[in-house]
Amino acid sequence: MLHTVWLVPALPLAGFLLLVLFGRRLAEPKAGWLAATMCGASFFVTLLVFLDMVSKSAEERSHVVRVFSWIPVGSLQVDLAFLADQLSITMALFVTGIGTLIHLYAIGYMHGDPKFSKFFIYLNLFVFSMLMLVLGENLLVTFLGWEGVGTCSYFLISFWHTRDSAATAGKKAFVTNRVGDWGFMMAMFLAFGAVGTLSYGTINSAAQGGSISHVTATAIALMLFVGACGKSAQLPLYLWLPDAMEGPTPVSALIHAATMVTAGVFLMTRMNPVIAEAYHWAPTIIAVIGAATALFAATVAVAQNDIKKVLAYSTVSQLGYMFLAVGSGAYVAAIFHMITHAFFKALLFLGSGSVIHGMHHEQDMRKMGALRVLMPVTGFTFIIGWLAIAGVPPFAGFWSKDEILLYVFANNRALYVVGLVTALLTAFYMTRQVIMVFFGEAKWKDHSEEHGAHGDFVPHESPRIMLFPLVVLAVLSVGGGLLQLPFTKDLHFLEKWLEPIVEHGEAHISGSWAYDNKYLLMLGAIVVALGGIALAVGVYGKKKLPAIEPQILANAWNYDKGVSAFMGGPGRQSFEGVAWADAHVIDGAVRGTGSVVRKSSGLVRKIQSGYVRVYAAAIVIGVLAMLAWFMWRGVA
Amino acid sequence: MIAEVGHSASMSFPILTALIFVPLLGAIAAVLSSNRRPEWTKLIALISSVGTAGLSIWMLASFKTSEGGFQFTSQHAWIREWGIGWHLGVDGISLFLVVLTGLLFPLVIVGIDPHHGHKRYLAWLLLLEAGVMGSFLSLDLFLFFAFFEIVLVPMYFLIGGWGYDQRVYAATKFFLYTMFGSAFMLVGIIATAVLAKNSLGYVTFDLVTLAEQASFGTNTARWLFFAFAIAFAVKVPLFPLHTWLPDAHTQAPTGGSVILAGVLLKLGTYGFLRFGLYLFPEAAVWAKPLFLTLAVAGILWGAIAATMQKDLKRLVAYSSVAHLGFIVLGTFAFTSVALTGGVMQMVNHGISTGALFLLVGMIYERRHTRQIAELKGLQSVAPIFAAAFMVVMLSSIGVPGLNGFVGEFLILIGSFENARWWVVVGTTGVILAALYLLWAYQRVFHGEVDEANASFPELTPREGMLLFTFIAAIVFTGVYPKPMLDRIEPSVKVLVTHVEERSGRTFEPDVVEVKKAPAAKEEKHEDH
Repeated sequence: MLHTVWLVPALPLAGFLLLVLFGRRLAEPKAGWLAATMCGASFFVTLLVFLDMVSKSAEERSHVVRVFSWIPVGSLQVDLAFLADQLSITMALFVTGIGTLIHLYAIGYMHGDPKFSKFFIYLNLFVFSMLMLVLGENLLVTFLGWEGVGTCSYFLISFWHTRDSAATAGKKAFVTNRVGDWGFMMAMFLAFGAVGTLSYGTINSAAQGGSISHVTATAIALMLFVGACGKSAQLPLYLWLPDAMEGPTPVSALIHAATMVTAGVFLMTRMNPVIAEAYHWAPTIIAVIGAATALFAATVAVAQNDIKKVLAYSTVSQLGYMFLAVGSGAYVAAIFHMITHAFFKALLFLGSGSVIHGMHHEQDMRKMGALRVLMPVTGFTFIIGWLAIAGVPPFAGFWSKDEILLYVFANNRALYVVGLVTALLTAFYMTRQVIMVFFGEAKWKDHSEEHGAHGDFVPHESPRIMLFPLVVLAVLSVGGGLLQLPFTKDLHFLEKWLEPIVEHGEAHISGSWAYDNKYLLMLGAIVVALGGIALAVGVYGKKKLPAIEPQILANAWNYDKGVSAFMGGPGRQSFEGVAWADAHVIDGAVRGTGSVVRKSSGLVRKIQSGYVRVYAAAIVIGVLAMLAWFMWRGVA
Repeated sequence: MIAEVGHSASMSFPILTALIFVPLLGAIAAVLSSNRRPEWTKLIALISSVGTAGLSIWMLASFKTSEGGFQFTSQHAWIREWGIGWHLGVDGISLFLVVLTGLLFPLVIVGIDPHHGHKRYLAWLLLLEAGVMGSFLSLDLFLFFAFFEIVLVPMYFLIGGWGYDQRVYAATKFFLYTMFGSAFMLVGIIATAVLAKNSLGYVTFDLVTLAEQASFGTNTARWLFFAFAIAFAVKVPLFPLHTWLPDAHTQAPTGGSVILAGVLLKLGTYGFLRFGLYLFPEAAVWAKPLFLTLAVAGILWGAIAATMQKDLKRLVAYSSVAHLGFIVLGTFAFTSVALTGGVMQMVNHGISTGALFLLVGMIYERRHTRQIAELKGLQSVAPIFAAAFMVVMLSSIGVPGLNGFVGEFLILIGSFENARWWVVVGTTGVILAALYLLWAYQRVFHGEVDEANASFPELTPREGMLLFTFIAAIVFTGVYPKPMLDRIEPSVKVLVTHVEERSGRTFEPDVVEVKKAPAAKEEKHEDH
């Protein structure tokens, strides 16, 4: 079964091609069903591959499938090949699984959109690209997927392209990601220079064998991280992700929460032997940037009023956790959190989409409230998602976050404190959101006329096709922790599964103080989560405490503004300076030379009219002179 | 060292000579055809250009893949006392440029109608095709120079006769600038032939003989190299000699721009390989830092200048400066990976930028403006047009899976070891490429459509077919470049070996044993 892994990306690709050809004729809803079927079939094949892999011994689980020779030139031989192993199949399972759910959801959400079938063209192309990314056997196939998901992200963010903000957000995402891609390309060049190939297997075993020097390994690790910062929205390149919320909400759930943005974490995990060979300060940089991003984005989320912006900053923050884990050598925990985060964040985004749908495209939480009564399924599932992200046991997010914090404590206690503060803020802003949307008083009554609903505007629950994915994801958000429960070694299913992939890079903390006192740390984490919730209930529920939402937090510490001001100001001026210099200095010199020749040959011009002939004469004279000089030199 | 192969082929049918003479005869027939029957002229043009295309495909099909030397060679003495010969040959470096030329001209002739003067327009185009073919096929310096100069004349008249409002200024500038460069090359060619007599004992203009057997003093070779290099640098164009290009491109008629971008600029990059590196390897190696620096400067300068252009066609023209910078970067890294990428990128740029000029031309036909500020929201009214523009644009940006990426990537990864810091800086060009193209796309295609653009017509079937040809090539070479790479690489390898032997330097990276993953743990690298 392992050799059929090529079918996993081939099915959504087929869906994409069929929709390009027949999408318009199929129209709504058949185009959506076709896309969802292809994605579902891909999930089914992945499941079969997974089951086959489980039945094999650990040594036989890694399998390479070569489709054709893609870019072969001399010493550079790149195949279009897939690597089916524990990591890639784990990724493919949740990409296709959550992808299918979101396809179904989108059939309901995109109902009535004039570009309905086009949406599913992009969605299937995205799933295909994402699968190329995770299943690639070498860095270049991953890069193909990496750029593919970026391009689809661009298409989908600017899907409603008549809106200027959407068009700008799409462009911003693409260009910012390209900054990261520069790093990815550098990493490829360095790896090729050191090992002579781009295959993961060879690069990683070279690193494990100690044949990549520490300097090179450090450079590769940091350049990969630059790429990851772009794709996975870390400081200082996170800027595009909050703006990406301009895209339709299923896109935010699929691309900008569950799958694409985790690509950076995947890449670092894939290359963990190289990171392990780097100087120690390299992973520390990764951990520090991850922690800084987690804290930064959490503070910003506290003051957002747009239902999707809260979730966007929350995603940036949670991705920060994953990089904090990567930098602390906790690769299993990073993947664990990536999976649980995919469950609960997809759930929260889809839930917010359901709210937006029911509120007739209102996204301002200040105009919501008490929606749990009118939207019971959305409300109930959203609450589960909230408990999961806030870190309340026994929901999925608690276990994965706790595992990260455990490793971070063993590695660096200062960063642990940052992680804990972030956990407090997370519980706080998510509780704030839940209260503003689902509890309290119904504010939408005051704003009903804005929705053009003729006075009797009542938010409504979404259709079943949108609720079904919510329910499935809610179940996963409850039970996702079962993948890796901390109590006994026997329950570390994910760790045992991924062990062959991460054994070289994974930190070993058994025997450390943190490991011996992990239940104490767990208790601390629970107290912090409940404390955050209680604080938010006090502020937004009981209104006993004043809300602290300074403008600087709402403006994300003015970082985006600063960057925009720089780009629009000195950045643009320097570009204009270049364009001016091109026209006036470089071309000016050319035109100046032209007029000098013209004037100095005024005599000739009297005899013959037409510049061309004048210049030609000048050139002939010049040729003869130069020739004479050359001969003299050559002979001498 | 470069084996003369394919003598048997030259015995049977002189296919390369035919590639030059079919369009040439077509041009003469077009001139002689009746003024009152334009459809006859069109038919003549069609037959000769499609015939040339067929010949080029035939040549491609019978090209021996793994041979690095010249094939289908045709050699006849011409002016015996000066050692000038009719010497033609094709190898992996010129193969796809010839095929591109063969295919591009019929597409332009079928796809784009001139507004007036069909007869002269078609005659000039066919003469241009003959000149370009001759330049790519010549293995004799004198012959090459003759074709290189012939190309100028039809292009001058095409820009001057069928261009836009500032066509005369642009045409004159194009002509004189290139003439200025060619003057140096003429000097270089004559001096090379004469000075080679010192080592050869006779005067010859034959490229292969000169490159393989003649020797020059180190300083002389450097001066001669520069004489050639100036001509090619103008033609590429290399920063800072590029300012004729935006004017010529913008003012040229659409067909002229497509040809100019598609094949004419490649005469410069091709010239560097065929006449710069091959004739004067040591001098080329010596000049490496200069040309790498100018190439990277061009990548950044062209991209930044493109960002600020207000005219869509000028923007595409400046993007060419950046793209050609990548090719020169690969050329002066002297590894077979980078050079193969460079040759491939010459073809890719011809396809992608050719298609971009085609699209901009279609916009002009519809809206009679190229000003970005006057265009808006076209995606809403012409979604298929927008989709075609998008695919071509992504190819130009270098998104993997499309053709532009393969060449660019090979250039960069192949140059990294020999030109590390230039690559580090030059790669930022891929960020800028996304910036200027996506920004332009946003302003032209996104947003709410305004009144002036509301009736923008969708692609016609003829335009659709034309663009489909380009897009098919873009996707195919992006997904499966192997057939191209397999044919380019052997010749590039021969050239790199020649450069290495003559300059006494090694550029190819040491072959690293590709190790199987499980066994790799035991193998050790001498990396520390």
